[in-house]
Amino acid sequence: MCLGVPGLVVALDDLSATVDFWGVRRQIRLDLVDEPVSVGDYVLNHVGFAIRRIPPGDVEMTLALYEQLLREAGADDLMAADVRGEIRAGREGQEGQDGQPRDGRNP
Amino acid sequence: VSAPLEFRDPVRARALCDALARATADVGRAPVAVMHVCGSHEQAIAKFGLRASFPPGLDVIMGPGCPVCITDQPEIDEAVALARQGVRIATYGDMVRVPGTAGSLADAQAAGARIDVVYSVAQAVEQARATSDPIVFFATGFETTAVATAAVLTRGVPANFFVLSAHKYIPPVMEIVAEMPGTRVEGFLAAGHAATITGWAVFEPFVARHGIPVVVAGFEPLDILAALVKLVEMIGRGERSVVNMFPRCVTRDGNANAQRQLWSVFRPIGGRWRGIAHVPNGNLRLRDEWAAVDARRQFTIDVASLRRGAPSSLVRQCICGNIMAGIASPADCALFGGACVPDAPVGACMVSSEGTCRIWHEYGGVPNLRGAACPL
Repeated sequence: MCLGVPGLVVALDDLSATVDFWGVRRQIRLDLVDEPVSVGDYVLNHVGFAIRRIPPGDVEMTLALYEQLLREAGADDLMAADVRGEIRAGREGQEGQDGQPRDGRNP
Repeated sequence: VSAPLEFRDPVRARALCDALARATADVGRAPVAVMHVCGSHEQAIAKFGLRASFPPGLDVIMGPGCPVCITDQPEIDEAVALARQGVRIATYGDMVRVPGTAGSLADAQAAGARIDVVYSVAQAVEQARATSDPIVFFATGFETTAVATAAVLTRGVPANFFVLSAHKYIPPVMEIVAEMPGTRVEGFLAAGHAATITGWAVFEPFVARHGIPVVVAGFEPLDILAALVKLVEMIGRGERSVVNMFPRCVTRDGNANAQRQLWSVFRPIGGRWRGIAHVPNGNLRLRDEWAAVDARRQFTIDVASLRRGAPSSLVRQCICGNIMAGIASPADCALFGGACVPDAPVGACMVSSEGTCRIWHEYGGVPNLRGAACPL
């Protein structure tokens, strides 16, 4: 519940953003983040809200951590399930596929 | 049971394990006991088999860090009572299966109540917009989720959306654990993402009052190991301060925007945490200005009609409370893995993916293997 998930901001609309999570796109609320967010930024998200803009220098390490977790974990792994739940917490846009990647990548 | 994962940087992990052993030996007495207060920390520790690499003189205890587990039974009873009265309830997934004193929300659902699982409070608001039925969001979790509840209210919700707040605030419960008679806790690992919201300076008054060091830690095995090394070194040297070992997410003052919304919607009041005690300022309740959305003020919640009979003998044997207080471990429970399993949980700690019992069960029974080979 507190793990959060990082994602890439691909579009902005007032107080929400379209955020890409390894090919899955969700609408994430920006009400809580405390600095301006731009397209191309990575944000850390929890229960459908961005809670922090990830400093650019920290993006690579943050992504590597989650990618390893999702890649190596079994289908019923608790941490990976929490991360998938965090992705599903975003609002489905046109491209939402309920947590399933669209581009064949295995996050 | 999952196999231990590869470490991203085994050489650094090995060095950190060695440093942790040295720091523990340097304290000069055993065991050294430290507590973390985060289900995600316990998941990482169990998943990566970290306890096998901790030195024998170090106890790393999970405290009250599972938001589902510490939700008190009378709070669950309130949600169940509303559901049985015919009010639609929306809540986070694990809450549905946690038993109150008279069954769970899942039991109410089986009896015809309408319960919706959501991953975000924003989804519950959308459900309210799509219907004229009243929807009560049973709001659970620590400050990390409370800020989301605050945000939807700040932004504006439809008139048929209500909040039943069981939100909890972590810093006050650390005081309770530190003051508990017989506590062995000499240092705390604070949860990285909760501190993303609050900032690390929130722990300074605690350190000043109790003389117990606090280290803010991230979630990766290397983050946890590095934070433990720091914390045990501080214990050995008698350093009493807050150290931030998760600077890529946590700042001194945290997320001011989120805090502003949190405290404009909620006020801290004292209340029980399941199994722990009365925690002064540990519960977050809606401020008077939000009475119009407060389910406790807008509905008559008939909890008394639910209560019947004494708890079952299994429930009376459950030691969830002691486990959350850090004075017992799942290995001490006669029910663990036998009469109490994830498919038929007796206590909340076996329900939630952040509960100590569920995590230990999922990742290999009793991962606290003293003297086992370091997984590195």
